[in-house]
Amino acid sequence: MKKTGSQILLECLQLEGVDTIFGYPGGTVINIYDDLMDYPIRHILTRHEQAAVHAADGYARATGKVGVAIATSGPGATNTITGIATAYMDSIPLVVITGQVPTPLIGNDAFQEADIIGITRPITKHNYLVKDIKDLARIVKQAFYIARTGRPGPVLIDLPKDVQIASAKFEYPSTVELRGYKPTYSGNVRQVEKAVKMILASRKPVIYVGGGATLSDASQELRTFAEAIQAPVTTTLMGMSSFPKRHPLSLGMLGMHGTYYANMAVTNSDLLIAIGARFDDRVTGKIATFAPHAKIIHVDIDPTSIKKNVRVDLPIVGDLKDVLQKMVQKIAEHGEGIEKLIDETSPWREEISGWKEQHPMTYKPSETVIKPQFVIEKLRELTSEDAIVTTEVGQHQMWTAQFFDFTQPRTFLTSGGLGTMGFGLPSALGAQAAFPERQVIDVSGDGSFQMNSQELATLVQYRLPVKIVILNNNFLGMVRQWQQLFFNKRYSQTCMELPIDFIKLAEAYGATGLRATRPDEVEGVIRKAMETPGPVIMEFKISREENVMPMVPAGAGLNEMVLAS
Amino acid sequence: MKHTISVLVENEFGVLSRVSGLFSGRGFNIESLSVAPTLDPSISRMTIVTSGDDQILEQITKQLNKLIDTIKVIDFTGEDFVERELALIKVTAEEGTRAEVLRITDIFRGKVVDVTPRSYTIEVTGAPAKIDAIVELLRPAGLKEIVRSGPVVLGRGPKGWRSAD
Repeated sequence: MKKTGSQILLECLQLEGVDTIFGYPGGTVINIYDDLMDYPIRHILTRHEQAAVHAADGYARATGKVGVAIATSGPGATNTITGIATAYMDSIPLVVITGQVPTPLIGNDAFQEADIIGITRPITKHNYLVKDIKDLARIVKQAFYIARTGRPGPVLIDLPKDVQIASAKFEYPSTVELRGYKPTYSGNVRQVEKAVKMILASRKPVIYVGGGATLSDASQELRTFAEAIQAPVTTTLMGMSSFPKRHPLSLGMLGMHGTYYANMAVTNSDLLIAIGARFDDRVTGKIATFAPHAKIIHVDIDPTSIKKNVRVDLPIVGDLKDVLQKMVQKIAEHGEGIEKLIDETSPWREEISGWKEQHPMTYKPSETVIKPQFVIEKLRELTSEDAIVTTEVGQHQMWTAQFFDFTQPRTFLTSGGLGTMGFGLPSALGAQAAFPERQVIDVSGDGSFQMNSQELATLVQYRLPVKIVILNNNFLGMVRQWQQLFFNKRYSQTCMELPIDFIKLAEAYGATGLRATRPDEVEGVIRKAMETPGPVIMEFKISREENVMPMVPAGAGLNEMVLAS
Repeated sequence: MKHTISVLVENEFGVLSRVSGLFSGRGFNIESLSVAPTLDPSISRMTIVTSGDDQILEQITKQLNKLIDTIKVIDFTGEDFVERELALIKVTAEEGTRAEVLRITDIFRGKVVDVTPRSYTIEVTGAPAKIDAIVELLRPAGLKEIVRSGPVVLGRGPKGWRSAD
């Protein structure tokens, strides 16, 4: 039996196991939306296409599955761009479907036409314009395959309206044939052996973990590996929830707002084992002084990540799960060598403990004003271990990374690479749609929150009980901090002069709003929010000019970190 | 340092812009680029001349390989290869210079492919250095217009790019 293009698309989605999609209808996707009524796929109507993509992204980060978003042509498509770029920078598997004007009109500057293929080329792993309905099923199959395999990433399918209307026999290909795309999963055994030799010869090893460990679902393997060689573990923002912070080997986060001891450990290390990380400038600081005494082993599934920013002594291309398993196996063959290693690296671990005692991650508490770090600590205390926390971008994001002890993988969803304000609320929406029973919390600032606050409507409509923390300092705090430290306190355009009544805003959407203005109200507000059904805004009026510390000034070395302002 | 890279890609729309976009987006340099279908009409071959240090070249080849539409990347640096470029040169050829222009063309085994009373259009092929040389020799006669194809290259020896060949 023949099916229309839009039916074929929906059949494909079903066969890919898609249960939830996020989107926004419009003229060139109206056929898909019509057929959607006959398919058992849940559609969540966000209030902005950017939010639909962030929601699909949050869904993907929380579940590990491919997130799916849909938008109409022209402005609908261009609104997805920030969402796609966010997912691209953090290697999140997405399939984004955009409507397109009918093929005979393409290139004519038709109503709501945009060359979304051209626009998204540098921010997608791959993209497709479907010109012939005969190619549709194959393209959808390839899109999902490309999105979730290798180094994951977003794939866009641009689907002209006439292709949605045309009909063809539906046959879903069982395999994918892409002669130009064959990711390397299996790590080279000889390279692994060399790595183990380097590890055994090291005296000051540090494991540096990025978002790849989460994407590869390798946290268990990572832990086994770290424990086997008793090497301290520091994570990037993206790698944070893949290694429990309370683990004795954990150094917390490194880089610009990393811990003193993580940055000291990296700077003094003689062997840096990079696992699914890409040596971002926020991590390395000045490259010339980054881990100056260390040999570097770099494990990554994407060869382009290796030797892009730093010299690497031993590259291993492969899936982290596979490589770490092989490492652990090889290590087990060196019983005596390992005992010797653990013995000889014990002064190193003691040196690190000394740094931890000397400068722990801390802040100056207050009994009169609410400290943002205190809110984050309380939040950890009062939420369950498997609570999913999303953030926007700025000071609140760094405080969350510094003071929330993540213990389980896929519980910290944040825009690491692109640094997208407005990511937290819609991504929390997506995570909550995936896990209706779990606590999902968006930690936000008053600036970022207003970038996608319209999604309160979506939360209320779909009964998604996301709890929103707004750390309100009436500032665009991170930029203000930079202005304070580097621009002589000239606060150009960073004061949010209009105070928003976030309680009323919550109520306008049918959500609940709570506020704390004093430290002794913090716990009560969090408890009440967690007990209240449905979405809740918790507004905390925090100390206005609190800074995120420690800090490595941009362009400085990790060893030049400033501990307090 | 200059490098010549052959890139075998899917012969589909948009592939050229993926490749050129990769170069511009990452700040890599393209000195020349030529592209046409191969023996297998579903595959196009691009020949790109670029420059950069070893680290940049490594990134360029890795990034090219990362494109889904890229089937194979061959960096000819340090390899034995044949390199040819085609040029069409429109040169002033008036009384007094016509004979000399023809002589130079002859020496370079070029061909006159268009004649007017005041000009010749000359076709010449060779390694880029050879094209540079004829251009310099013809310059005194008066160059009106030049088009160069950019070099294309093939590895020497019996094997084709598919090891099976």
